[in-house]
Amino acid sequence: MEQAAHHAEHELDPALEYSSSKLGMWLFLGTEILLFGGLFAAYAIFRAKFPEMFSEQHKELDIFKGGLNTVVLIFSSLTMAIAVWAAQKGDKKKVVIFMVITIICGLIFGVVKYFEYSAKLDHHIYPSTSIFFGLYYLMTGLHMIHVFVGLCILGVIAYLAHIGKFTKDYYTPVEVGGLYWHLVDLIWIYLFPLLYLVG
Amino acid sequence: MANGTAHDTMAEPSFYEPKGFMSWLLTTDHKRIGIMYLVTISFFFLVGGVFALLMRYELLTPEADFLSPHTYNVFFTMHGSLMVFFFIVPGVAASLGNFLIPLMIGARDVAFPKLNLGSYWVYLAGTAILFGALLQPADTGWTYYTPYSVQSQTDVVLITLGVFVLGFSSILTGMNFIVTIHKLRCPGMTWSRLPLFIWASYATAILQLLATPVVGITLLLLIAERTLGIGFFDPAKGGDPILFQNFFWFYSHPAVYIMVIPAFGIISEIIPVFAKKPIFGYKAIAYSSFAIAIISFFVWLHHMFVSGISETAAAIFSFLTMLVAIPTAIKVFNWTATMYRGSISLESPMLYALSFLFLFTIGGLTGVYLGALAVDVHLHDTYFVVAHMHYVMIGGTVFGFFGAIHFWYSKWFGRMFNELVAKIAWFFFFVGFNVTFFPQFFMGVQGMPRRYATYPAEFQTYHEISTYGSWILAVGVVIMFVNLIAGLFSKEKAPVNQYGSLSLEFTVPSPPPHENFKDIPTVTDWTYGYGKK
Ligand SMILES: [Cu+2]
Repeated sequence: MEQAAHHAEHELDPALEYSSSKLGMWLFLGTEILLFGGLFAAYAIFRAKFPEMFSEQHKELDIFKGGLNTVVLIFSSLTMAIAVWAAQKGDKKKVVIFMVITIICGLIFGVVKYFEYSAKLDHHIYPSTSIFFGLYYLMTGLHMIHVFVGLCILGVIAYLAHIGKFTKDYYTPVEVGGLYWHLVDLIWIYLFPLLYLVG
Repeated sequence: MANGTAHDTMAEPSFYEPKGFMSWLLTTDHKRIGIMYLVTISFFFLVGGVFALLMRYELLTPEADFLSPHTYNVFFTMHGSLMVFFFIVPGVAASLGNFLIPLMIGARDVAFPKLNLGSYWVYLAGTAILFGALLQPADTGWTYYTPYSVQSQTDVVLITLGVFVLGFSSILTGMNFIVTIHKLRCPGMTWSRLPLFIWASYATAILQLLATPVVGITLLLLIAERTLGIGFFDPAKGGDPILFQNFFWFYSHPAVYIMVIPAFGIISEIIPVFAKKPIFGYKAIAYSSFAIAIISFFVWLHHMFVSGISETAAAIFSFLTMLVAIPTAIKVFNWTATMYRGSISLESPMLYALSFLFLFTIGGLTGVYLGALAVDVHLHDTYFVVAHMHYVMIGGTVFGFFGAIHFWYSKWFGRMFNELVAKIAWFFFFVGFNVTFFPQFFMGVQGMPRRYATYPAEFQTYHEISTYGSWILAVGVVIMFVNLIAGLFSKEKAPVNQYGSLSLEFTVPSPPPHENFKDIPTVTDWTYGYGKK
C-alpha cells in the first residue's frame, strides 16, 4: 500500500489521487447505467406489451434530427478523447481548444433537441399522449439533464485548464470529466436506435 | 499489533482543532462529518419516534378518538419515511462509517474529503425538501405504492423528491468508502487483516451503489406519473401498478441490508473485546456479508406474494428468500462461538450487542416464517409483519447502533458517559422494546391488519400492552440521550483505550487529532488477537 497522504494538507499524492478518482468515477458511472437501466427495463416491458404502439408511434420521431445529434455527440467524444490525450502530453493550449469544441458540440446537441421537443409539442404530442411518448420524453429528458450537467463540468475543467491548473503529471479532472462525457455519449448511442430506429 | 506512535492523551486540547461554527459546516474532516450526520440522524430518529408514540397513543382504544384516520395515515407515512430514508439508510452507515473507516484502516481521511462534505450537504438538501413536504404531508405509507400514490391529494411529489436527493448522498458516500477501503489502507493492512466493520461497510457500500439508482429512477417515474400524466403505472393507460412494486422492492429489499449489515460489523467488533477472545470464523463473517448482499437482489418478490404474481415465481422467490437465512445464521453462530468460554464483561456496549443477538435472531426467524409462501398469505399486511420488521430494524440495527455509540463514544468525543445510567437506559429500552413489539406477533397471527387507526375491540388488550411498552421504550431513549449529552460536559477525560480493544482507532488519543495519525502506522497482525498473552 502506498504511503497514504502528505502530512500537512491531507492531500493524496498525485498518482494515488489519479487512480482513486478513476476508480470513483467508474463506480459512479456504474450507478448512472443502473439509473438508466430502470428506464431500459421499462422500455423492454412496454415494448413487449404493446409492439404495435411502438412500431406505429416511433415514426413520429424525427430521424434526421436524432441522427444529426448522434453524429454530433460521437464527434464530441472524439474531441474529448483528444483533449485528454493533449493533457497527457501537457499541451495546455490543445486541451482548452478541444474541450471548447466538445462543449460547443454539447450545445449544438441541446439546440437541436430544443427544436425537436418544440416540434413535438406543436403537434400536440405530450408525455401523457402514450406510454411510448412518455418513455421518449423521460429517457431523452433525463439524458438531456446529463448533457447539461456534463457541460457544466466540462466548462469548469476547461476554465481550470485555461488558467493553467493542469500539468503533464496532474490532469485527473480532465480524464475523469472525459469519462463522464463518454458515458453521456454512450447512453445516447443506445437511446437513438431504441427510440428512433427500432421503435 | 499496530506500531503507530503512542500519543500523549492530554496533548490535544482542541476538538479536532480548527475552531468556529463555519469550520464545522465547511469541514472536510471525516470525524466531524460523522458527528454532523450523527446529530442530524438523531434529530430525525427522535421526530420519527414522536410520530410513533402518537400513533401508539391513538391505538390505546379501538376508536379513532385521538387522531383522525387521515392524520393517522399521514403519521405512519412520516414515521416510516423518516426512520427508513432519513435515519437508518443514510445515517448509521454514514455517521459511524465516516468516523471509523479512516481510523480503522490507518488513513488520515476518506479518499475524497470534499465530496464527503458534499454528500452531507446533499443529504441536508434532501431534508430541506422533506420539510417542504410536511406542509401537505403524504398519506401513502413509506412505500408510496401506486395507484394510490398517483391519486392521493397530498403532496407525494415533494417527499419522494426528497428521498431521490437523499439517494444521491447515499451513492456518493458509498462510492467514497469503496475507494477509501481500496486505496488508503495503511502498510500491512491486508484484506485478511481488515476489521470486520470495514468488511461490513464495504458490502454496505456496494449495496448502496447497486440498489439506490433503481429506487431513484422508480421515484422519478412516480413523480413523472403525477406531474406529466404518463401512464406507466396506470392500467387505464396500459400501465401496470405491479411494475412499481417490482421496481420499489428491487431496491428496498437490498436496502434492508444497507440498514443492517453495518450493525453486523459493529457486533463483530464489540463481542471479541468484551469476551476477550479472538473473533471466531473471521472469513465466514466477512464473506457472508457479501453472500447476503448478492442474494438480497433476488428475493424482492417476497413482498408481493399476494399481489397477483405467478405461482411459479412466488415459489422460486420463497426458496431464494430462505437462502438469506444461511449466511445470516452463519454470522450468529460465529458470534455465539466467539463468546464460548470467553471471560465476558457486561458493560453497556456488550449489553446492546447481546440484545442484538437475541432480538435479531427473533427478527430473522420470523422473516423465515414470512418468506414461507403459505404462511405469508395468512400473515401478509398484519401486525406480524410490523413486529418482524421492527425486530430486525430496531432489535438489529438500532441496538447495534446504540451499542456502537457507547463503544466508540470515548474515542469520538474524548469524554465518558455515566456507565450505570447507560445500563439503566439500556434496561428500559430493551424491556420497552419487547413489551411494545412482542404482543404484535400474536395480534398479527390473529388477523389484526396493519395501518388502521381503528380495530375490533377484541384486540384492545394487545394494543394496550404495546402502547404501554412504547412509553417504557421512550423513557429508555430519553435517559440514553440525556446521559450521552451530559457525558460531553463531564470533566473527566476518556483514556486512549477504554475497553482494551486491539483495533487501530484505539491507538490514537481520545479525541483523535485532526490528522488522526501523527505518522501513518504499519500493521503486522489482525485486530482480533485477544486473550493471547
Ligand atoms: Cu424483503
